[in-house]
Amino acid sequence: MSVNPELQGRVFPPVPPYLVGREKVREFARATGSTSPLSFDVEAARAAGHADVVAPPTFAVVVQEATLAQLLAEPDAGIDFSRVVHGEQRFSLSRPIVAGDELTATLTVTGVKTLGGNAMVTASSEMRDADGRHVVTAVSTLVVRGDEGAAA
Amino acid sequence: MSALEVGQVVAEKTYPLTRDSLVRYAGASGDFNPIHYRDDVAADVGLPGVLAHGMLTMGTAVQPVVEWLEGAGDDAGVLGWVSDYQVRFTRPVVVDPAAGAEIVVTAKVGVVDDEAGTARVDLTVTSAGRAVLGKAQVVVTLA
Repeated sequence: MSVNPELQGRVFPPVPPYLVGREKVREFARATGSTSPLSFDVEAARAAGHADVVAPPTFAVVVQEATLAQLLAEPDAGIDFSRVVHGEQRFSLSRPIVAGDELTATLTVTGVKTLGGNAMVTASSEMRDADGRHVVTAVSTLVVRGDEGAAA
Repeated sequence: MSALEVGQVVAEKTYPLTRDSLVRYAGASGDFNPIHYRDDVAADVGLPGVLAHGMLTMGTAVQPVVEWLEGAGDDAGVLGWVSDYQVRFTRPVVVDPAAGAEIVVTAKVGVVDDEAGTARVDLTVTSAGRAVLGKAQVVVTLA
């Protein structure tokens, strides 16, 4: 099985909106070693001008998950999940995510490259709030190891 | 805006990671790939042991920058916020069932763009003395 080069440029239907919960923000902050009062204390967040607790910089990965699942489930993608290694990750934010945000994510495959026996698939998930404004774009580069590849 | 200088180290911190940390992150993130908590599965796919989620390392490594930006919560308020963050996953972090692992983060100012009101902070992230992230760059939008 090899990665389908025609995936490049494919845009997937938006996934159902993700409602960012206050306790989910706190749980994620705790799990990533955050000590930020803005992520735990509603009053501190409001005093700093936010509507509610502020999610850590990588929180969008929680929302991105459903879009990557779409990609892996695409029948003609040719991506064998057991051979996928996470190569690179990026988050570009227009503003911090806060509890109460309702984020709708749309996935676009922005790159498919073959390097040696491996394929590199770049997937960009653009997330907008309930008003349609851009909040964050999460970009993952997945390395799909070829048949002879060793575990990375 | 405070005067940031290229080369200035703004934060240094060490984070212990245990298997508990991995289970906690699995639950928080929704990434339940068993290579992050089962030794038998990790061994079956040829890994040297149970690995930390790359995204756990990424998420943890930016926290010293967040702490620096928010200062000690003084009257000065926050210095800014993280508007862009990227990494390459160059080496896995193996987490021993008993001893765990450590992630050591050094955050240094790489670029200051006064016109854009941003600074790029470059992270050096190591575990067991070897770099585990590459091109780990945090763009901070200054208040």
